[in-house]
Amino acid sequence: MRYAYYPGCTIETTAVEFGRSTDAVCEVLGVELAEIEDWNCCGASSAHSLDHELSLRLPGRNVALAQASGLDIVAPCPACYQNVLAADNRMRQDQAWRQKMESLLDFTYTGAGRPRHLLEVLSEPEMLEAIRSHVTRPLEGLRVASYYGCVLVRPPEITGWDDAEHPVRMDRLMAAIGAEPVEWSYKVDCCGASLTLSRSEVVTALSSRLGQAAREAGADVVAAACGICQINLDTRQEGEQKVPALYFTELMGLAFGVSGVEKWFGKHSVDPRPILRERGLLA
Amino acid sequence: MATDCSAGASFSVAVQEQSDVPVLRCYFCQKCTAGCPVAFAMDFKPAQVIRLIQLGQREAALSSSAIWLCVGCETCGTRCPNQIRLAPMFDTLRHMARAEGYAPDPAIYALHRSFLDSIRLWGRVHELSMLMEYKTRCLLADYTLFFRGLLSDLRMGGDLALKGKLSLLPERVKRLAEVRKLYETGDTHPPTEVEP
Repeated sequence: MRYAYYPGCTIETTAVEFGRSTDAVCEVLGVELAEIEDWNCCGASSAHSLDHELSLRLPGRNVALAQASGLDIVAPCPACYQNVLAADNRMRQDQAWRQKMESLLDFTYTGAGRPRHLLEVLSEPEMLEAIRSHVTRPLEGLRVASYYGCVLVRPPEITGWDDAEHPVRMDRLMAAIGAEPVEWSYKVDCCGASLTLSRSEVVTALSSRLGQAAREAGADVVAAACGICQINLDTRQEGEQKVPALYFTELMGLAFGVSGVEKWFGKHSVDPRPILRERGLLA
Repeated sequence: MATDCSAGASFSVAVQEQSDVPVLRCYFCQKCTAGCPVAFAMDFKPAQVIRLIQLGQREAALSSSAIWLCVGCETCGTRCPNQIRLAPMFDTLRHMARAEGYAPDPAIYALHRSFLDSIRLWGRVHELSMLMEYKTRCLLADYTLFFRGLLSDLRMGGDLALKGKLSLLPERVKRLAEVRKLYETGDTHPPTEVEP
Protein backbone atom coordinates (compact mmCIF):
# COMPACT_ATOMS: atom_id res chain seq x y z
CA MET A 1 0.00 0.00 0.00
CA ARG A 2 1.44 3.34 -1.05
CA TYR A 3 0.42 6.89 -0.21
CA ALA A 4 1.56 10.42 -1.00
CA TYR A 5 2.70 11.55 2.44
CA TYR A 6 2.06 15.07 3.67
CA PRO A 7 3.93 15.20 7.01
CA GLY A 8 3.19 18.83 7.94
CA CYS A 9 5.39 21.36 9.72
CA THR A 10 5.27 19.95 13.26
CA ILE A 11 6.34 16.41 12.43
CA GLU A 12 10.05 17.20 12.70
CA THR A 13 9.68 19.56 15.67
CA THR A 14 6.96 19.71 18.34
CA ALA A 15 5.37 16.44 17.21
CA VAL A 16 8.60 14.60 16.40
CA GLU A 17 7.50 11.47 18.30
CA PHE A 18 4.34 11.38 16.15
CA GLY A 19 6.55 11.45 13.04
CA ARG A 20 8.98 8.79 14.21
CA SER A 21 6.25 6.48 15.47
CA THR A 22 4.26 6.94 12.24
CA ASP A 23 7.34 5.95 10.20
CA ALA A 24 7.95 2.94 12.43
CA VAL A 25 4.43 1.48 12.46
CA CYS A 26 3.90 2.08 8.74
CA GLU A 27 7.13 0.22 8.04
CA VAL A 28 5.94 -2.75 10.11
CA LEU A 29 2.58 -2.73 8.30
CA GLY A 30 4.12 -2.37 4.85
CA VAL A 31 2.44 0.99 4.30
CA GLU A 32 4.73 3.04 2.11
CA LEU A 33 4.69 6.79 2.74
CA ALA A 34 6.17 8.64 -0.25
CA GLU A 35 6.74 12.20 0.94
CA ILE A 36 5.27 14.84 -1.35
CA GLU A 37 8.26 16.58 -2.90
CA ASP A 38 8.69 20.22 -1.78
CA TRP A 39 5.37 20.40 0.13
CA ASN A 40 4.47 23.66 1.87
CA CYS A 41 2.56 24.60 5.03
CA CYS A 42 -1.23 24.35 4.73
CA GLY A 43 -1.83 27.61 6.62
CA ALA A 44 -3.23 25.76 9.66
CA SER A 45 -5.85 27.84 11.45
CA SER A 46 -4.23 31.18 10.59
CA ALA A 47 -4.85 31.26 6.85
CA HIS A 48 -8.63 30.78 7.04
CA SER A 49 -8.79 33.25 9.93
CA LEU A 50 -7.30 36.10 7.93
CA ASP A 51 -7.67 35.20 4.26
CA HIS A 52 -10.18 32.64 3.04
CA GLU A 53 -8.71 32.20 -0.44
CA LEU A 54 -5.16 31.84 0.87
CA SER A 55 -6.42 28.96 3.02
CA LEU A 56 -7.44 27.16 -0.18
CA ARG A 57 -4.44 28.19 -2.26
CA LEU A 58 -1.71 27.02 0.17
CA PRO A 59 -2.95 23.42 0.50
CA GLY A 60 -3.98 23.55 -3.18
CA ARG A 61 -0.30 23.54 -4.13
CA ASN A 62 0.18 20.32 -2.16
CA VAL A 63 -2.77 18.72 -3.96
CA ALA A 64 -1.14 19.70 -7.26
CA LEU A 65 2.25 18.31 -6.21
CA ALA A 66 0.75 15.03 -5.01
CA GLN A 67 -1.48 14.55 -8.01
CA ALA A 68 1.34 13.51 -10.32
CA SER A 69 1.72 10.32 -8.27
CA GLY A 70 -1.99 9.47 -8.56
CA LEU A 71 -1.88 8.29 -4.94
CA ASP A 72 -4.20 9.19 -2.07
CA ILE A 73 -2.67 11.82 0.21
CA VAL A 74 -2.13 10.83 3.83
CA ALA A 75 -1.63 13.43 6.56
CA PRO A 76 -0.98 12.68 10.24
CA CYS A 77 -2.00 16.21 11.31
CA PRO A 78 -5.78 16.86 11.42
CA ALA A 79 -5.37 20.54 10.48
CA CYS A 80 -3.26 19.65 7.43
CA TYR A 81 -5.79 16.96 6.59
CA GLN A 82 -8.78 19.26 6.84
CA ASN A 83 -7.15 22.07 4.85
CA VAL A 84 -6.02 19.77 2.04
CA LEU A 85 -9.48 18.19 2.03
CA ALA A 86 -11.18 21.60 1.80
CA ALA A 87 -8.84 22.69 -1.01
CA ASP A 88 -9.42 19.46 -2.93
CA ASN A 89 -13.19 19.59 -2.42
CA ARG A 90 -13.43 23.13 -3.72
CA MET A 91 -11.48 22.22 -6.87
CA ARG A 92 -13.60 19.10 -7.32
CA GLN A 93 -16.91 20.96 -7.02
CA ASP A 94 -16.36 24.50 -8.29
CA GLN A 95 -15.27 24.67 -11.90
CA ALA A 96 -14.50 28.40 -11.94
CA TRP A 97 -12.31 28.05 -8.85
CA ARG A 98 -10.62 24.98 -10.32
CA GLN A 99 -9.66 26.88 -13.46
CA LYS A 100 -8.28 29.72 -11.36
CA MET A 101 -6.16 27.29 -9.34
CA GLU A 102 -5.00 25.45 -12.44
CA SER A 103 -3.63 28.61 -13.96
CA LEU A 104 -2.15 29.82 -10.66
CA LEU A 105 -0.42 26.50 -9.96
CA ASP A 106 0.24 25.60 -13.58
CA PHE A 107 -1.30 22.12 -13.50
CA THR A 108 -4.42 20.26 -14.66
CA TYR A 109 -6.67 18.99 -11.90
CA THR A 110 -7.70 15.37 -12.48
CA GLY A 111 -9.15 14.54 -9.06
CA ALA A 112 -6.85 11.52 -8.79
CA GLY A 113 -5.95 10.81 -5.20
CA ARG A 114 -8.08 11.80 -2.24
CA PRO A 115 -6.84 13.35 1.01
CA ARG A 116 -7.11 11.00 3.98
CA HIS A 117 -6.08 11.11 7.61
CA LEU A 118 -3.56 8.61 8.93
CA LEU A 119 -6.03 7.32 11.54
CA GLU A 120 -8.65 6.75 8.83
CA VAL A 121 -6.19 4.67 6.81
CA LEU A 122 -4.88 2.69 9.78
CA SER A 123 -8.35 1.88 11.13
CA GLU A 124 -9.84 0.30 8.01
CA PRO A 125 -11.15 -3.22 8.79
CA GLU A 126 -8.53 -5.03 6.71
CA MET A 127 -5.81 -2.86 8.27
CA LEU A 128 -7.02 -3.80 11.77
CA GLU A 129 -6.52 -7.44 10.78
CA ALA A 130 -2.94 -6.70 9.75
CA ILE A 131 -2.38 -4.74 12.95
CA ARG A 132 -3.58 -7.65 15.11
CA SER A 133 -1.19 -9.98 13.35
CA HIS A 134 1.79 -7.72 14.13
CA VAL A 135 1.13 -7.29 17.83
CA THR A 136 3.91 -8.95 19.82
CA ARG A 137 3.19 -7.30 23.16
CA PRO A 138 -0.55 -6.67 23.61
CA LEU A 139 -1.22 -3.63 25.81
CA GLU A 140 -3.26 -5.68 28.26
CA GLY A 141 -4.56 -3.76 31.23
CA LEU A 142 -3.84 -0.33 29.74
CA ARG A 143 -6.95 1.84 29.84
CA VAL A 144 -6.99 4.31 26.98
CA ALA A 145 -9.22 7.33 26.37
CA SER A 146 -9.36 7.85 22.59
CA TYR A 147 -9.23 11.57 21.89
CA TYR A 148 -10.22 12.84 18.45
CA GLY A 149 -10.29 16.56 19.15
CA CYS A 150 -12.01 18.89 16.76
CA VAL A 151 -11.48 18.75 13.01
CA LEU A 152 -10.53 15.10 12.56
CA VAL A 153 -14.19 14.10 12.20
CA ARG A 154 -15.75 17.52 11.59
CA PRO A 155 -17.46 18.86 9.64
CA PRO A 156 -19.01 15.45 8.82
CA GLU A 157 -20.05 16.55 5.29
CA ILE A 158 -16.40 16.70 4.25
CA THR A 159 -14.77 14.11 6.55
CA GLY A 160 -17.42 11.41 6.92
CA TRP A 161 -15.33 8.34 7.83
CA ASP A 162 -16.37 8.15 11.47
CA ASP A 163 -19.26 9.44 13.56
CA ALA A 164 -18.92 13.15 14.32
CA GLU A 165 -20.30 12.94 17.86
CA HIS A 166 -19.32 9.43 18.90
CA PRO A 167 -16.46 8.22 16.74
CA VAL A 168 -15.25 4.67 17.40
CA ARG A 169 -12.47 3.86 14.98
CA MET A 170 -9.62 4.84 17.30
CA ASP A 171 -11.20 2.69 20.04
CA ARG A 172 -11.26 -0.25 17.62
CA LEU A 173 -7.62 0.33 16.83
CA MET A 174 -6.76 0.49 20.53
CA ALA A 175 -8.66 -2.76 21.12
CA ALA A 176 -6.76 -4.34 18.19
CA ILE A 177 -3.45 -3.73 19.98
CA GLY A 178 -4.82 -5.23 23.18
CA ALA A 179 -5.56 -2.02 25.10
CA GLU A 180 -8.84 -1.35 26.85
CA PRO A 181 -10.71 1.64 25.42
CA VAL A 182 -12.69 3.58 28.04
CA GLU A 183 -15.99 5.34 27.49
CA TRP A 184 -15.81 9.08 28.06
CA SER A 185 -17.77 12.11 26.94
CA TYR A 186 -14.92 14.31 25.73
CA LYS A 187 -13.76 12.40 22.64
CA VAL A 188 -14.54 15.22 20.25
CA ASP A 189 -14.20 18.21 22.57
CA CYS A 190 -11.75 20.86 21.43
CA CYS A 191 -8.51 21.58 23.34
CA GLY A 192 -8.42 25.25 22.34
CA ALA A 193 -5.93 24.65 19.54
CA SER A 194 -3.90 27.69 18.49
CA LEU A 195 -5.15 29.81 21.39
CA THR A 196 -2.39 28.04 23.34
CA LEU A 197 -0.08 30.99 22.66
CA SER A 198 -2.47 33.91 22.31
CA ARG A 199 -4.90 32.93 25.10
CA SER A 200 -3.08 30.31 27.13
CA GLU A 201 -5.54 30.57 30.05
CA VAL A 202 -8.37 29.34 27.79
CA VAL A 203 -6.30 26.34 26.69
CA THR A 204 -5.19 25.61 30.24
CA ALA A 205 -8.84 25.48 31.31
CA LEU A 206 -9.85 23.22 28.39
CA SER A 207 -6.86 20.86 28.59
CA SER A 208 -7.20 20.51 32.36
CA ARG A 209 -10.88 19.64 31.99
CA LEU A 210 -10.02 17.03 29.35
CA GLY A 211 -7.39 15.51 31.63
CA GLN A 212 -9.80 15.44 34.53
CA ALA A 213 -12.54 13.84 32.43
CA ALA A 214 -10.13 11.15 31.22
CA ARG A 215 -9.11 10.42 34.81
CA GLU A 216 -12.71 10.23 35.94
CA ALA A 217 -13.36 7.70 33.19
CA GLY A 218 -10.56 5.59 34.64
CA ALA A 219 -8.10 6.15 31.79
CA ASP A 220 -4.37 5.58 32.31
CA VAL A 221 -3.46 7.53 29.18
CA VAL A 222 -5.10 9.61 26.45
CA ALA A 223 -4.48 8.56 22.85
CA ALA A 224 -4.20 11.57 20.52
CA ALA A 225 -4.13 11.90 16.74
CA CYS A 226 -3.11 15.55 16.54
CA GLY A 227 0.07 17.48 17.34
CA ILE A 228 -1.80 20.43 18.84
CA CYS A 229 -4.11 18.28 21.00
CA GLN A 230 -1.10 16.35 22.27
CA ILE A 231 1.06 19.38 23.03
CA ASN A 232 -1.81 21.19 24.75
CA LEU A 233 -2.57 18.20 26.97
CA ASP A 234 1.13 17.63 27.52
CA THR A 235 2.13 21.18 28.44
CA ARG A 236 -1.02 23.08 29.41
CA GLN A 237 -2.81 20.49 31.55
CA GLU A 238 -2.93 21.39 35.24
CA GLY A 239 -3.92 19.30 38.23
CA GLU A 240 -2.31 16.99 40.72
CA GLN A 241 -2.39 13.90 38.57
CA LYS A 242 -1.83 14.78 34.94
CA VAL A 243 -2.83 12.17 32.38
CA PRO A 244 -0.10 11.42 29.84
CA ALA A 245 -1.13 11.99 26.22
CA LEU A 246 0.42 9.64 23.68
CA TYR A 247 0.02 9.53 19.93
CA PHE A 248 -1.98 6.48 18.88
CA THR A 249 1.00 5.50 16.72
CA GLU A 250 3.28 5.45 19.79
CA LEU A 251 0.96 2.94 21.46
CA MET A 252 0.94 0.88 18.25
CA GLY A 253 4.75 0.94 18.20
CA LEU A 254 4.83 -0.28 21.79
CA ALA A 255 2.48 -3.15 20.95
CA PHE A 256 4.52 -4.04 17.85
CA GLY A 257 7.66 -4.14 19.98
CA VAL A 258 9.57 -1.78 17.66
CA SER A 259 12.84 -0.26 18.85
CA GLY A 260 13.15 3.39 19.86
CA VAL A 261 9.87 3.48 21.75
CA GLU A 262 11.49 4.76 24.96
CA LYS A 263 13.09 7.58 23.01
CA TRP A 264 9.64 8.81 21.89
CA PHE A 265 8.30 8.59 25.43
CA GLY A 266 11.24 10.67 26.62
CA LYS A 267 9.97 13.55 24.46
CA HIS A 268 6.85 13.98 26.59
CA SER A 269 6.43 16.58 29.33
CA VAL A 270 3.96 14.39 31.21
CA ASP A 271 6.08 11.24 31.32
CA PRO A 272 4.04 8.17 30.28
CA ARG A 273 6.74 5.69 31.38
CA PRO A 274 5.74 5.31 35.06
CA ILE A 275 2.19 4.18 34.24
CA LEU A 276 3.39 1.94 31.39
CA ARG A 277 5.88 0.30 33.78
CA GLU A 278 3.15 -0.08 36.39
CA ARG A 279 1.07 -1.94 33.79
CA GLY A 280 4.04 -4.15 33.01
CA LEU A 281 4.38 -2.81 29.46
CA LEU A 282 7.84 -1.31 29.83
CA ALA A 283 10.94 -2.71 31.49
CA MET B 1 -28.29 50.63 19.64
CA ALA B 2 -30.89 51.76 17.15
CA THR B 3 -31.95 49.15 14.67
CA ASP B 4 -32.14 50.35 11.10
CA CYS B 5 -34.12 47.76 9.17
CA SER B 6 -32.50 48.31 5.78
CA ALA B 7 -29.01 48.36 7.30
CA GLY B 8 -29.90 45.15 9.12
CA ALA B 9 -30.98 43.49 5.95
CA SER B 10 -27.91 44.58 4.01
CA PHE B 11 -25.49 43.36 6.72
CA SER B 12 -27.09 39.94 7.08
CA VAL B 13 -27.29 39.56 3.31
CA ALA B 14 -23.62 40.52 2.98
CA VAL B 15 -22.60 37.97 5.62
CA GLN B 16 -24.71 35.27 3.93
CA GLU B 17 -23.27 36.04 0.52
CA GLN B 18 -19.64 36.23 1.56
CA SER B 19 -19.71 33.16 3.80
CA ASP B 20 -22.27 31.08 1.92
CA VAL B 21 -23.81 30.35 5.34
CA PRO B 22 -27.61 30.78 5.76
CA VAL B 23 -27.55 32.83 9.00
CA LEU B 24 -31.17 33.97 8.56
CA ARG B 25 -32.37 30.41 9.20
CA CYS B 26 -31.33 30.60 12.88
CA TYR B 27 -34.26 30.24 15.32
CA PHE B 28 -32.06 30.65 18.38
CA CYS B 29 -32.06 27.14 19.84
CA GLN B 30 -28.56 27.93 21.17
CA LYS B 31 -27.15 24.48 20.54
CA CYS B 32 -24.08 26.22 19.11
CA THR B 33 -23.47 28.19 22.30
CA ALA B 34 -24.10 25.14 24.49
CA GLY B 35 -21.40 23.13 22.75
CA CYS B 36 -18.85 25.88 22.11
CA PRO B 37 -15.62 25.17 24.02
CA VAL B 38 -14.58 28.84 24.14
CA ALA B 39 -18.00 30.48 24.70
CA PHE B 40 -17.05 31.04 28.35
CA ALA B 41 -14.37 33.50 27.24
CA MET B 42 -16.47 35.33 24.60
CA ASP B 43 -18.30 38.63 25.12
CA PHE B 44 -21.18 37.64 22.79
CA LYS B 45 -21.85 33.90 22.57
CA PRO B 46 -22.09 32.21 19.13
CA ALA B 47 -25.92 32.30 18.97
CA GLN B 48 -25.90 35.93 20.07
CA VAL B 49 -23.49 36.81 17.28
CA ILE B 50 -25.95 35.31 14.79
CA ARG B 51 -28.74 37.34 16.34
CA LEU B 52 -26.62 40.50 16.09
CA ILE B 53 -26.20 39.81 12.38
CA GLN B 54 -29.94 39.24 11.93
CA LEU B 55 -30.63 42.54 13.69
CA GLY B 56 -28.09 44.45 11.62
CA GLN B 57 -25.87 45.26 14.59
CA ARG B 58 -22.80 45.51 12.44
CA GLU B 59 -20.61 47.37 14.91
CA ALA B 60 -21.38 45.09 17.85
CA ALA B 61 -20.77 41.98 15.73
CA LEU B 62 -17.57 43.16 14.08
CA SER B 63 -16.00 44.51 17.26
CA SER B 64 -16.84 41.49 19.42
CA SER B 65 -14.13 39.30 20.93
CA ALA B 66 -16.13 36.24 19.87
CA ILE B 67 -15.11 36.51 16.23
CA TRP B 68 -11.43 36.26 17.21
CA LEU B 69 -11.83 33.62 19.92
CA CYS B 70 -13.57 31.11 17.64
CA VAL B 71 -10.99 28.36 17.00
CA GLY B 72 -12.94 26.81 14.12
CA CYS B 73 -13.50 23.47 15.88
CA GLU B 74 -16.79 23.02 13.95
CA THR B 75 -18.78 21.70 16.94
CA CYS B 76 -21.49 24.33 16.43
CA GLY B 77 -21.87 23.77 12.69
CA THR B 78 -22.00 20.00 13.17
CA ARG B 79 -24.85 20.30 15.68
CA CYS B 80 -26.92 23.11 14.12
CA PRO B 81 -30.39 21.85 13.14
CA ASN B 82 -30.48 24.45 10.35
CA GLN B 83 -27.11 23.58 8.76
CA ILE B 84 -25.60 26.91 9.72
CA ARG B 85 -21.84 26.42 9.75
CA LEU B 86 -20.62 29.07 12.15
CA ALA B 87 -16.88 28.54 11.57
CA PRO B 88 -16.89 29.97 8.01
CA MET B 89 -19.33 32.64 9.23
CA PHE B 90 -16.79 33.69 11.87
CA ASP B 91 -14.06 33.71 9.20
CA THR B 92 -16.18 36.08 7.13
CA LEU B 93 -16.82 38.34 10.13
CA ARG B 94 -13.07 38.52 10.79
CA HIS B 95 -12.39 39.45 7.17
CA MET B 96 -15.11 42.11 7.27
CA ALA B 97 -13.85 43.47 10.59
CA ARG B 98 -10.37 43.89 9.21
CA ALA B 99 -11.52 45.39 5.92
CA GLU B 100 -13.63 47.92 7.80
CA GLY B 101 -10.93 48.83 10.31
CA TYR B 102 -12.36 47.26 13.48
CA ALA B 103 -9.61 46.43 15.97
CA PRO B 104 -8.94 42.70 16.21
CA ASP B 105 -7.97 40.90 19.42
CA PRO B 106 -4.31 42.00 19.35
CA ALA B 107 -2.67 38.78 20.58
CA ILE B 108 -4.76 36.43 18.44
CA TYR B 109 -4.26 38.64 15.38
CA ALA B 110 -0.50 38.88 16.08
CA LEU B 111 -0.25 35.08 16.16
CA HIS B 112 -2.12 34.54 12.88
CA ARG B 113 -0.12 37.29 11.18
CA SER B 114 3.22 35.91 12.41
CA PHE B 115 2.21 32.41 11.32
CA LEU B 116 1.35 33.54 7.79
CA ASP B 117 4.55 35.63 7.59
CA SER B 118 6.55 32.56 8.53
CA ILE B 119 5.01 30.59 5.66
CA ARG B 120 5.68 33.44 3.23
CA LEU B 121 9.30 33.56 4.43
CA TRP B 122 10.16 29.84 4.44
CA GLY B 123 7.23 28.01 2.82
CA ARG B 124 6.84 26.09 6.09
CA VAL B 125 6.35 27.35 9.60
CA HIS B 126 9.50 27.81 11.64
CA GLU B 127 8.30 27.91 15.24
CA LEU B 128 11.22 29.73 16.84
CA SER B 129 11.33 32.74 14.50
CA MET B 130 7.52 32.76 14.31
CA LEU B 131 7.34 33.00 18.12
CA MET B 132 9.88 35.83 18.12
CA GLU B 133 7.83 37.78 15.59
CA TYR B 134 4.67 37.03 17.58
CA LYS B 135 6.15 38.31 20.84
CA THR B 136 7.51 41.43 19.07
CA ARG B 137 4.10 42.13 17.54
CA CYS B 138 2.49 41.75 20.99
CA LEU B 139 5.02 44.13 22.49
CA LEU B 140 4.34 46.73 19.80
CA ALA B 141 0.55 46.36 20.01
CA ASP B 142 0.33 46.53 23.80
CA TYR B 143 3.35 45.92 26.04
CA THR B 144 1.20 44.27 28.73
CA LEU B 145 0.39 41.50 26.22
CA PHE B 146 4.07 40.69 26.02
CA PHE B 147 4.09 39.78 29.70
CA ARG B 148 0.72 38.00 29.76
CA GLY B 149 1.42 34.30 30.17
CA LEU B 150 5.12 34.92 29.61
CA LEU B 151 6.23 32.66 32.45
CA SER B 152 4.14 29.70 31.38
CA ASP B 153 5.15 30.29 27.74
CA LEU B 154 8.82 30.30 28.73
CA ARG B 155 8.31 27.14 30.75
CA MET B 156 6.60 25.50 27.78
CA GLY B 157 9.24 26.77 25.31
CA GLY B 158 12.11 25.76 27.59
CA ASP B 159 10.65 22.31 28.03
CA LEU B 160 10.23 21.85 24.27
CA ALA B 161 13.75 23.15 23.60
CA LEU B 162 15.27 20.80 26.21
CA LYS B 163 13.49 17.85 24.63
CA GLY B 164 14.85 18.83 21.21
CA LYS B 165 11.42 19.75 19.87
CA LEU B 166 12.26 23.25 18.62
CA SER B 167 14.63 23.48 15.67
CA LEU B 168 17.01 26.41 15.47
CA LEU B 169 17.06 26.57 11.70
CA PRO B 170 14.00 26.72 9.45
CA GLU B 171 13.08 24.07 6.89
CA ARG B 172 12.83 25.92 3.63
CA VAL B 173 10.72 25.00 0.63
CA LYS B 174 12.91 24.73 -2.47
CA ARG B 175 10.63 26.50 -4.95
CA LEU B 176 9.73 29.30 -2.58
CA ALA B 177 8.62 31.60 -5.41
CA GLU B 178 5.68 29.24 -6.01
CA VAL B 179 4.51 29.66 -2.43
CA ARG B 180 4.99 33.44 -2.39
CA LYS B 181 2.94 33.71 -5.56
CA LEU B 182 -0.02 32.27 -3.63
CA TYR B 183 0.07 35.39 -1.44
CA GLU B 184 0.14 37.81 -4.36
CA THR B 185 -2.97 37.12 -6.38
CA GLY B 186 -4.68 40.41 -5.59
CA ASP B 187 -8.22 39.15 -4.90
CA THR B 188 -7.81 38.36 -1.22
CA HIS B 189 -10.17 39.35 1.57
CA PRO B 190 -9.44 42.09 2.46
CA PRO B 191 -7.60 43.29 -0.66
CA THR B 192 -4.79 45.07 1.13
CA GLU B 193 -3.08 44.41 4.40
CA VAL B 194 -4.36 46.85 7.03
CA GLU B 195 -2.25 46.87 10.17
CA PRO B 196 -4.39 47.50 13.26
